Amino acid sequence: MRASVPPIETTGLTVAYGPNPAVEDVTWTAAPGLTAIVGPNGAGKSTLLRAILGLIPVRGGSVRILGEAPAAMRGRVGWLPQRAAVDWDFPASALDVVAMAGTRRARWFGPLPRAEREAARAALAEVGMADYADRQIGRLSGGQQQRVFLARALAQDAQLVLMDEPFAAVDAATESAIVAILRRLGAEGRSVVAVHHDLATVRDYFDQVLLLNRRVVAAGPMDTAFTAETVAAAYGGKLLRFGAGETAVLAEAG
Amino acid sequence: MDAASFLQLDLPPLLAALLAGATCGLLGSLLVLRRESLVADALSHAVLPGIVLGFALTGLRAGLPMLGGALVAALLAVAAIGMVQRWARLEAGAATGAVFTVFFAVGLLGLEVSGARSVDLDLDCVLFGQLETLVWPQATGWGSLVDPAALAALPRQLGLMAVVAAVSAVAVAVCWRPLKLLCFDAGYAAVLGLPVRALETGLALLVAAAAVAAFESVGSILVVALLVCPAAAMRLLTDRFGTQVLGGAALGAGLAALGYGLAGPLPAALGSALSVNAAGMIGTLGGVAVALAALLGRHRAAAG
Repeated sequence: MRASVPPIETTGLTVAYGPNPAVEDVTWTAAPGLTAIVGPNGAGKSTLLRAILGLIPVRGGSVRILGEAPAAMRGRVGWLPQRAAVDWDFPASALDVVAMAGTRRARWFGPLPRAEREAARAALAEVGMADYADRQIGRLSGGQQQRVFLARALAQDAQLVLMDEPFAAVDAATESAIVAILRRLGAEGRSVVAVHHDLATVRDYFDQVLLLNRRVVAAGPMDTAFTAETVAAAYGGKLLRFGAGETAVLAEAG
Repeated sequence: MDAASFLQLDLPPLLAALLAGATCGLLGSLLVLRRESLVADALSHAVLPGIVLGFALTGLRAGLPMLGGALVAALLAVAAIGMVQRWARLEAGAATGAVFTVFFAVGLLGLEVSGARSVDLDLDCVLFGQLETLVWPQATGWGSLVDPAALAALPRQLGLMAVVAAVSAVAVAVCWRPLKLLCFDAGYAAVLGLPVRALETGLALLVAAAAVAAFESVGSILVVALLVCPAAAMRLLTDRFGTQVLGGAALGAGLAALGYGLAGPLPAALGSALSVNAAGMIGTLGGVAVALAALLGRHRAAAG
């Protein structure tokens, strides 16, 4: 059964841009379902995702995706990049961006095949963006832009989707659209691993958590891994107030 | 002006300019979308040592040895830029600037040392091109356009330019959607499992080939104007990828043909003795096109 295979396994994963590792000795097994990666700024959350995808070279360690080597999984992992990493000035419409999900499976030249166009339209409709298909992506609001990229990740029809801060600076409508899609993907037996910043909603939106501060601080189901103690440890003890049903208030170090 | 003198003196340079403009406008659009305009500059300069070496080894100012040398130099330059970025931890612009100027300098030294300069491959040609020297003395009238013997005597620079233009057009058409994604988001292209490295290398080789084929026509400095100006102007006028790329090619061809015409033949046809360097006129028109596009483009942005 696919569902019983861990979506991601890392062993001793270390990534370094300079002399100091950004991610150090991460040995972590994600369980199937919805997983949040949580940690302070500079904890290496995005770096970890990019290393898992093979977008940046690793200094040591290994990665397995759905039980296989990452190279074998190319094209079978969905990806939602950080908003800041996108060229919003690019001459592409919302539909163009979503259709990019099929770049590998569709033929490379000529008009976009009808099946790809319809899959892209369906994905746009699912995130409530059907009316904006022909709009240039730079002329959409921040939340609409995020939903377009969510639609692109959906259109890939992937068993595992990685998301880099899907909830960063989005409006309420977009936030609820993203949550609905996370739940649908989870219900379909797919896995999502997302970098998440809002400690108040981690429990509501996700099943498991990886608390990261360059190294693994805690990992596993919410009840055991996401406690006042582990969060305080991840954020360097700067947590001021935290408890179930209570808004987390914290001041990050530095 | 009669048909024979048009065919002999104006048709070859006009065709060379058209093909160079179209090819550079096409490939330049991809570079501008990748935010790699500097690479146009870099590759057009970095190919010089390869051209000199190809010339020195064979003693021929013929297309193929020089093209071969240029493509090798382009590959080395791309690899060197990557290595400087990784090992010296320089940002891409600094690494590119350092590598291409050094390659160009080595090429200049090679030009002196190899003796190539005194023979045929002189600095003026490298820098400014020799569009006006492309002539077709065998043409006798319109009939020559369908006469195989006469066609075979067309300047060989024109043949090289035509081959590079055709290969570029076919490659871009066949890899249309992967190239679009590569320009937009190379990381996502890699996530999807597209051959990102091969596409990037192929694009660099095509740009290098276009730079070599065009350098004899418009020179290695002004080929940069053809690679960047039409693409930059289109960038300000459209929100469509297809319009950007195909429009860049059309605008490049138009600017090159108009620039050639304005530089000599048109004033001559009007009875004026005024004649200027064609490459200079083409480059200047490129700047005018970008300025006009900026004015019109502002209107477009306000309307959107």
